[in-house]
Amino acid sequence: MEYDNIELSDDEEEITAQTVLRTLQNAWQNERLAPEILPHQNEMVECMLGQIQHMERNINKLPKTDLRASIHKMELNRIKFIICNYLKTRLDKIEKYCISILNDEKQRLESGTNYLTPSEYKYAQEYLINMESHLKEAALDHVPGNMQSFDLNKLVIYPNLQAHVFLKANETVTGIILEDLGGDQDEEIDLEENSQHILQYKPIADLLKSGKVQLM
Amino acid sequence: MFGEKVIELIKEAERNRDTIDQYNDEKVRQIIEEMHVLFKMNMADANATSENKSLWTTVQVRHSALERNKRCLLAYLYNRMNKIRTLRWEFGSVLPSDVRELLSDSEYTWFSKYSTNLATYMRSLGQDIGYSGIDLTENLRPPKSLYIEVLCMSDYGKLELEDGDVILLKKNSRHFLPTSECQTLIRQGILKQIT
Repeated sequence: MEYDNIELSDDEEEITAQTVLRTLQNAWQNERLAPEILPHQNEMVECMLGQIQHMERNINKLPKTDLRASIHKMELNRIKFIICNYLKTRLDKIEKYCISILNDEKQRLESGTNYLTPSEYKYAQEYLINMESHLKEAALDHVPGNMQSFDLNKLVIYPNLQAHVFLKANETVTGIILEDLGGDQDEEIDLEENSQHILQYKPIADLLKSGKVQLM
Repeated sequence: MFGEKVIELIKEAERNRDTIDQYNDEKVRQIIEEMHVLFKMNMADANATSENKSLWTTVQVRHSALERNKRCLLAYLYNRMNKIRTLRWEFGSVLPSDVRELLSDSEYTWFSKYSTNLATYMRSLGQDIGYSGIDLTENLRPPKSLYIEVLCMSDYGKLELEDGDVILLKKNSRHFLPTSECQTLIRQGILKQIT
């Protein structure tokens, strides 16, 4: 596949489209397997979209019967699917954990480490407002006075951070502390580069967000 | 017994996990009525309990029944909301009339709002780089092949493809079309995939 070197606007580092695609594939894989929502990869998505646009233009220059055109088109469709599915997975999580994500995100916005893109954030807020007005209209407005409250704390759904995940270490990480919920014997483990493990999500969540491990 | 009717609602939602049933207006109304009755009884007894503590337990039990009814009602609605969400992804922003009839008015309002919100989000995608948005509902399944063979189920008329070719979709005619361009028509039931 013909890729051009493209530059990211944020940092001046030059990366190839292959790297972008690989990063995006990893992000997609992680997002699908992680129980909670992960920091967004909007730059990568936009970068890839730009690349798709560019490649579509190139393909259109080829005659329709050219074999290369259909192979490239197929490849583009696959990339498009990855992007769409990645974004949809995030939307599904945003809808499901709407209240808890919005609560966390408010704090993260203050420290400038937001996980959602501005449009995702807007989407989440709107979703919650719609849910509230629907539940009120359909039930809460008609029940007796002391039952009418729309209590966010009772409706909130939290992602299961105790879920177990398969993961691979991208680099050697030492001193991960696994809490022992039953007793008080915490366990400390090291992950070797390229080794694979099944672990609880919670202790490795930060490693995943910093890219030191990836889910599989 | 208190709270018996509400269980039927929950069972109803549980029974058909993948399909949506008619909104049970009658039952919801009965449950809300039950809640009002419970509430009135509680008010009366609560005013009496200030001097007589023997009614205290009764009030507590009724209050739990109220809480439970509320919780189950919300669960029923929430469960349906999730199903209606799926409808938006399957059918697009316009629901077929037979599906539309299954929703209550309030649910239909929610559907429209959800649909608008989703559309706004999808339009915003890639705007910074000159895209006019991406339709996420078009790529729900991984692409297997570029072209698929389809059978036309009804007289649709002319369809212009992306490359400018125009084809005529007549009932029972077969076509070999780009997968990406017939997804919407397949979902609407105009085309049927036969390969």
